[in-house]
Amino acid sequence: MHEMDQLSTAWFWIVGAIKVLGVFTVVMLAVAYMTLAERRVSAFIQDRLGPNRVGPFGLLQPIADGIKNIIKEETMPGTSAKLYFVLGPALAIMPAVVTFAVIPFAAPLPTPIGRVDMIVADVPIGILYILALSSLAVYGIVLAGWASNNKYAFLGGLRASAQMISYEVALGLSVIAVLLLAGNVTLTEMVAQQQQMKLWFVLPLSLAFIFFVISALAETNRLPFDMPEAESELVTGYHTEYSAMKFSMFFIAEYSHVLTASALMATLFFGGWDIPFWTGDDMFWHEGRLVRGFDDAGAAIPATPSLLITLLTLVSFSAKTAFFVFLYIWIRWTLPRFRYDQVMHLGWKVLLPAALGYIVLIAGAMLVLDQLGVPFGRLYGLVLTGISGATTIAFLFFVDRDRVIGGAHGNRAVARRRAASRVGGSERRAVSG
Amino acid sequence: MTEILFVLFAFVAVGGAIGVVISRTPVASLLFMVTTLAAVGGIYILFEAHFLAAIQVLVYAGAIMVLFLFVIMLLNLGHDYRADLKFGLWSLMALVVSGLTAGILASGFVSLDDNGIRPGGAGVAAELDAALIEKGAAGMIAEPLFTDYVVAFELVGLLLLVAIVAAVVLAKPRT
Repeated sequence: MHEMDQLSTAWFWIVGAIKVLGVFTVVMLAVAYMTLAERRVSAFIQDRLGPNRVGPFGLLQPIADGIKNIIKEETMPGTSAKLYFVLGPALAIMPAVVTFAVIPFAAPLPTPIGRVDMIVADVPIGILYILALSSLAVYGIVLAGWASNNKYAFLGGLRASAQMISYEVALGLSVIAVLLLAGNVTLTEMVAQQQQMKLWFVLPLSLAFIFFVISALAETNRLPFDMPEAESELVTGYHTEYSAMKFSMFFIAEYSHVLTASALMATLFFGGWDIPFWTGDDMFWHEGRLVRGFDDAGAAIPATPSLLITLLTLVSFSAKTAFFVFLYIWIRWTLPRFRYDQVMHLGWKVLLPAALGYIVLIAGAMLVLDQLGVPFGRLYGLVLTGISGATTIAFLFFVDRDRVIGGAHGNRAVARRRAASRVGGSERRAVSG
Repeated sequence: MTEILFVLFAFVAVGGAIGVVISRTPVASLLFMVTTLAAVGGIYILFEAHFLAAIQVLVYAGAIMVLFLFVIMLLNLGHDYRADLKFGLWSLMALVVSGLTAGILASGFVSLDDNGIRPGGAGVAAELDAALIEKGAAGMIAEPLFTDYVVAFELVGLLLLVAIVAAVVLAKPRT
């Protein structure tokens, strides 16, 4: 099949450059329109109209905002550490815009010059690349907070670093469950494994998905985890002293993180570009050939890549990602903010042990299934779905009992127990006296 | 292309390392160190050791150095460090140690043959290449770690646990 051969080196460079430019442009545009989406959805949730004056339905609002931010006068606080003050937003935005490179966004496209993979860089470390680079994002925030020479900004920076380190652990552990099941770290392979299992990983790994969503919310500093910029306590936290485009860069970084996290949720747990209930788009490598699946005799059926399938899978991937972006916005305008001690409590004392236990459970279940000789497929997935489902219900039940995170009233369960023991004690004393 | 990138990363790594030593502010030193670590990660990628590069950036640049930054910002604000930089016994010892390190590195470099391979190292490289294809980047490191060196690995884990417990005990206020 000539059209599915690898690209020659010259074409590889040209196509690579086009993909870099294209993906970067789309991500930046998506980020711009996510700000509009946030404002319109929040308006809808609060029964307002939101920005609707610039262009039809307010569609040109992000462009107006961009122009405004570029031509605005910039202030430079006199007591700040100048170099680090400028470095802060730059360091914040860099990791945010490069992480999208390893996410596959559609099925491979056959062209006369060879096969074009719909991913900017299919690096062999896949998800580790994203984890490594997003762990650098904290420098921008911490430096911004420190260089501003402002108490609120400094507190915001400190909170950010503590929170991002804490939840990075939980995020990594929730991804480990996916790595165990996929047996690989590249995202392309993860999509392929979900197609081979004929089941999206959200079902066999439901608890890992919940941990991932919670940790991703905390990593992106979004409500209910926006401690670093808690308006009611810290003005706006680490970017209090920033104005104009530098301020804007923090927002671009935050929304790019949200976009990448949403795309990751779609890829790791919802089949990536896979179209549900249809095997025609399935494509994975089997013995050096791109195959769609196996017939009853176990022979490989060759895949049928085409422009139409690439476009359809692109739509599928975009729809899934857009849904998770919407989920982010929905959560932000629904839930109140955690207290700082609650954030730390949830990260270290709930998510970390629970995620560790869950890895042991999944690894044990997989070991038993492998020993029993169950082939990797839908049955394998359904058994894990049952186990994970039961664990998830148990976990949510436990979280819901008010024992994990006490509200402003303190920990109700502990208070009840204390009250009970006090009453019991005084009664005993009364009887003995 | 690989050579150009290698020279670029090498210059950034060495320049960053010099920056760590000569910077006057602790935060600048720290950022130089992060630069060096990231550049070394880049060199690992040129060696096709992707996994090592990711772990380097994830663990050292992304986690340990952030904790350093945390400590510098919380504890070292306004601390007068200049007295520590004066010439003394420490400088002499530092000079000796860095001289020895440079000597060892140079002796290793001199013994390389024309292809940049150490004497008796040609077979090892081929073996490693075969193993890499068979096990993958993560497996190359994980398999010896969990088979040949499992005792040492578990002992290091225990050591870290002891260190964490000790840190908690030290951090708790005495009652």
